[in-house]
Amino acid sequence: MSLAYALLIGVLFAVGSFLLMHRTLTRIILGVAMIGNGINVMIVAVSSRPGRAPIVGEAEATDSVPQALVLTAIVIGFALIAFMLALAWRNWTIDGNDTVEDDVEDRRVARRTEPDGGGGES
Amino acid sequence: MNSFLALPIVVPIVAAGFLVMARDRAFQRTISLIVLSASVLISIITLVQVADSDSIETTALGGWRSSIAIVLVADRLSALMMVISSIVLLSVLIFAIGQSARDEQSPFYLPAYLVLSAGLSQAFLAGDLFNMFVAFELLLMASYVLLTLEGTNAQIRSGTTYVVLNVVESMVLLLAVGLVFAATGSVNMAVLAERLAELPDSVALGLNLLLLTAFGIKAAVFPLFFWLPDSYPSAPSSVTAVFAGLLTKVGVYAIIRTETLLFPGGQENLLLVIGGATMLIGVLGAMSHVQMKRILSFHIVSQIGYMIMGIGFGTTIGLAATVFYLVHHIPVKASLFLVEGIVEKETGSSSFDRVSGLASRSGLLAVLFLIPALSLAGLPPFSGFLAKFSLVREGFADGRYGVVVVAIFVSLLTLVSMTKIWTGLFWGDVTPEPPAGRVGVLRHHRLMSASTIAIVGGTLLIAVLAGPLYDYCEAAARQLADPSRYIGAVIGS
Repeated sequence: MSLAYALLIGVLFAVGSFLLMHRTLTRIILGVAMIGNGINVMIVAVSSRPGRAPIVGEAEATDSVPQALVLTAIVIGFALIAFMLALAWRNWTIDGNDTVEDDVEDRRVARRTEPDGGGGES
Repeated sequence: MNSFLALPIVVPIVAAGFLVMARDRAFQRTISLIVLSASVLISIITLVQVADSDSIETTALGGWRSSIAIVLVADRLSALMMVISSIVLLSVLIFAIGQSARDEQSPFYLPAYLVLSAGLSQAFLAGDLFNMFVAFELLLMASYVLLTLEGTNAQIRSGTTYVVLNVVESMVLLLAVGLVFAATGSVNMAVLAERLAELPDSVALGLNLLLLTAFGIKAAVFPLFFWLPDSYPSAPSSVTAVFAGLLTKVGVYAIIRTETLLFPGGQENLLLVIGGATMLIGVLGAMSHVQMKRILSFHIVSQIGYMIMGIGFGTTIGLAATVFYLVHHIPVKASLFLVEGIVEKETGSSSFDRVSGLASRSGLLAVLFLIPALSLAGLPPFSGFLAKFSLVREGFADGRYGVVVVAIFVSLLTLVSMTKIWTGLFWGDVTPEPPAGRVGVLRHHRLMSASTIAIVGGTLLIAVLAGPLYDYCEAAARQLADPSRYIGAVIGS
């Protein structure tokens, strides 16, 4: 694996992880896309030799399995991102932003001052 | 060669594709019922085949050599999981049909449900890691759709957390699969079982932990569980019942495969610690809530801990107890959510501050709750007692006293928390006041009640047939404990 590949994968993972830490869904989606591509590049880079085609009959054919894996992974990643975009859009039509919010019920439990086995207050 | 095995995956997917185009609800319902009944039948036939010949059935799709091809493998564990999951899926489908009137239901509900069932079958049958990743994606995608189908504010909010967390899980899993391929040159689990053993210890450890992290998020173990109690309660009860019963268990199933076939005996102490912590944190979370669905969601987490503990014992009997626990837990958990669904349908809520006195309105509903609730807590003579007893006995025999003490303590707390639901919802004055002249609860929701009664009856059946069932689980565990049989069946064929 060449240094360029290693650097590219590293940068994609770093940028992706940074974006994933945000609360805005659009940034999370971008982060997911970055990491997804990072993984795909990694699979191709680490599992086959560069410069050879995965075609049976070529003099020096490389393994075609990683290419098949990555192709599947790309399609799945595409579907995931499409779904998340739809989710972000729906979130935006409901309250005008696409921030991931905290759980209302969790906040209620956190606010409770007196422990009361039966519950019931709020 | 047995292309029979591909049917529970192919048929639901093809049917789902047609149902998206045919929007007529009555037609959709008929087809879904037929398809899921067929998968119950196919699973039972597979189970009988596997149990009868004590062999491992394999299919190499596309006629390639099985070390290259996509392989479907049915051993005793997968066949059993297929049977349980298809029966629960069918019962919950009947419940869902009773739950909402024909035109209230989204035309995408049933197609997504069928895709979910295909994904589950594929995950249980997958003979290679990448295929397992695809199966996870398939069922996750269906679960995203089911969870956010109504598009309300609460669903979108919790759906976002769920989707993001599970997408991260998919990334970790894909990364792990990629690295496993890079290290060994294969994703076929039988081939991996041989090649992973030859890797340097540190590489194998890294791959093992990466896979455990991915499956751990899916199974909602400590400390990766927090997305579950957040997202499950916002879905309709029929959806939550399937998620609760089956989705996290796929994670447990994958952990069993990883720890027995790929990395045998690798991480016992880690699993025991995780198991103990998962039980304790889950049950403590349950005690702080006052809404039935949320309490039950935390109990899912807590119960996963028991199964992880069973895997962590690392003995054949421990595995047998874990498999038995899985089998008992899936219908018990699903039926509790179904009871919750009936309560919510009847009264509009399942929160203690709004609803009470249900026992005086319907005694049978109270019994339907009580049986799985006591079973979950592990009281005799229900199935949960037998499952917990076999785990605890093996724990003592194995000398793992610490985690076993935690397990017994947690089952006590589970009982406390079930009592809390009981006193909150079923005792006290009748609120909200039912409309005048409305007697009983179950008779107004016939389909929902019938399917709940069927599943609760199933849990009782597990208790009655515990002897033969446990023998089967023990045989399944012996198969798991001896990877050479799996390898022989896949590569040798």
